Amino acid sequence: MTTLVEAPARHLDPPETKRRRRGGNPFPSYLVLVVLGLFAIGPLVAVVFNAFKTNAEIGANPLTPPTSLSLDNFTEAWTRGDFGTTMRNSVILCLGAVVGTCLIAGLAAYALSHLRVPGGGAVVAYLFLGSALPVQLFLVPLFFLWTQLRLTDSLFGLIVIYWATDAPFATLLLRSFLLKIPKDYVEAARLDGASDLQIARKVMLPLAWPGFLTVALIVALWAWNEFFWAITFIHDPSLRPISTSFMAFQDQYSTDWGLTSAAAIFMLGPVVLLFLVLQRRFVSGLTAGGLK
Amino acid sequence: MSDTAVRAARSAPGAARARRRAAVIGWAFLAPLLVLNALVVLGPSIATVYYSFTDWSGLGPATFIGLANYTKAFGDPQVHEALLHNGIWFVLFLSVPMALGLLGAHVLSQVRRFQVVFRALYFIPYVVASVVNAAVWKMLLSPTSGIGHALGFDHSWLGDPATSLLSVNFVVNWHWWGFLAVIFFAAMQGVDPQLYDAAKVDGASTWQQFKAVTLPGIRPTAVFLVLMTVIWTLKAFDYIFIMTGGGPAGSSEVVSTLMYKQAFNEYEAGYAAALGLSMTVVTAVILAVYQYLRKKGWED
Repeated sequence: MTTLVEAPARHLDPPETKRRRRGGNPFPSYLVLVVLGLFAIGPLVAVVFNAFKTNAEIGANPLTPPTSLSLDNFTEAWTRGDFGTTMRNSVILCLGAVVGTCLIAGLAAYALSHLRVPGGGAVVAYLFLGSALPVQLFLVPLFFLWTQLRLTDSLFGLIVIYWATDAPFATLLLRSFLLKIPKDYVEAARLDGASDLQIARKVMLPLAWPGFLTVALIVALWAWNEFFWAITFIHDPSLRPISTSFMAFQDQYSTDWGLTSAAAIFMLGPVVLLFLVLQRRFVSGLTAGGLK
Repeated sequence: MSDTAVRAARSAPGAARARRRAAVIGWAFLAPLLVLNALVVLGPSIATVYYSFTDWSGLGPATFIGLANYTKAFGDPQVHEALLHNGIWFVLFLSVPMALGLLGAHVLSQVRRFQVVFRALYFIPYVVASVVNAAVWKMLLSPTSGIGHALGFDHSWLGDPATSLLSVNFVVNWHWWGFLAVIFFAAMQGVDPQLYDAAKVDGASTWQQFKAVTLPGIRPTAVFLVLMTVIWTLKAFDYIFIMTGGGPAGSSEVVSTLMYKQAFNEYEAGYAAALGLSMTVVTAVILAVYQYLRKKGWED
């Protein structure tokens, strides 16, 4: 799984790599690529179009660009869907998940890469296997347990679940970063009398920050997009994250495509913008983490 | 963990003590991860094993009923239908995104310019939330405002039992193939270019080169993705849950959505636990077979 991470970044700069040429006309290749590109992105473009249209216009021309740029759908969706509240909830979930996961996984990854822990290999194997377990296996008793602990209808309760489900992936990813840091650095710091906690903070953290950045990005993306745990564990509308409130919003206004399209933009806009800026990090992190 | 303690631990007679100390510190660093995992994943998983042998409703006390849940599952027509849908899902989910992913990756590796742009375009549906993708396609598949409507036929793709499962599967494949394309593309970069030159000298066509050089070159990746597809098929849940809820009339129900309903709508938590555990056992068997075959050197 982790071997797949290395490959993509290497080839982001085509001019350097010696690439095989078929010779001949590249046009057919580009035609295929463009058709596939339209297939991938066309539906999302249609949503952007529809967000600016009235429902009458959508009914008449569902797939064409808008004739005028009206922002009415956006303002109306924002207030009716209470996106101010749900976005705030989602930001709390993202921050909580990121901070906790980085801390928990960072400590574990340090132990599994630079400390001689007896049984460490078994832990790594467990983390690999554990991520293949279907959530159906532990969902119902977990719900019961969370009800007993009064952690349902609580953002913190949801964040703890995100920590537990994301930390194995984050640990394995960070471990692969930390393994690249020479043992000499750690030894040198230790000879200077640094404790393990100090080494983790002052030697490892600065050197492994690209790994942490990747983990933070992926965990935040998952927390933002996640709906399964949220819909099962959060029922109070004022605590809903953007994903499940968007679902409810769409159910309520299921025929008002202009309104739901605008709401969809609220949810996908930040993700797509961030993806376009940090594409390389997203791709390497998700090809590692998505294969769970 | 003061400086003197560190030095003391490294002093001559303390080699064994230092190792013990390192082990303690190591496990202390692992503790948050392991405790959390035990609380959220491992503990409840073990509880599921127990509850699968009871008539638990999900709330009150549970009575031991032996294998009754499992015999019920074997005879349950709903389960049979859901398994059939999982089977159909598997065939489509294995073939369509793989084919599109291989096509995209192969063509992408043929061109010189805009590789990064196309790669980003193909990848975007994968980073967009399932709830949003589902909403987008509900709109596009709607009989009143979708693609069908624009082309002049008003079919309710998600509302017709004959097409509901296929429609949801189509949407899943749509958001998924670009992800596979990016992984295949990365794997293809690892194939030795000299092999292509040799094939060209032998007069191999593009298709022959693809078959004789590219496919064997990316085989470990492909085999791994086939394995994961089996596991992902058993996990298939979100898009079905969001777009059809398993309906209409159970026409798009799979095992995972059925299990969720049994647990949270029917209050048959014991039965749901048996279904969940069965799925896990199937997953484990598949992983074990894969490991066994790989050890026998089938992968490379």
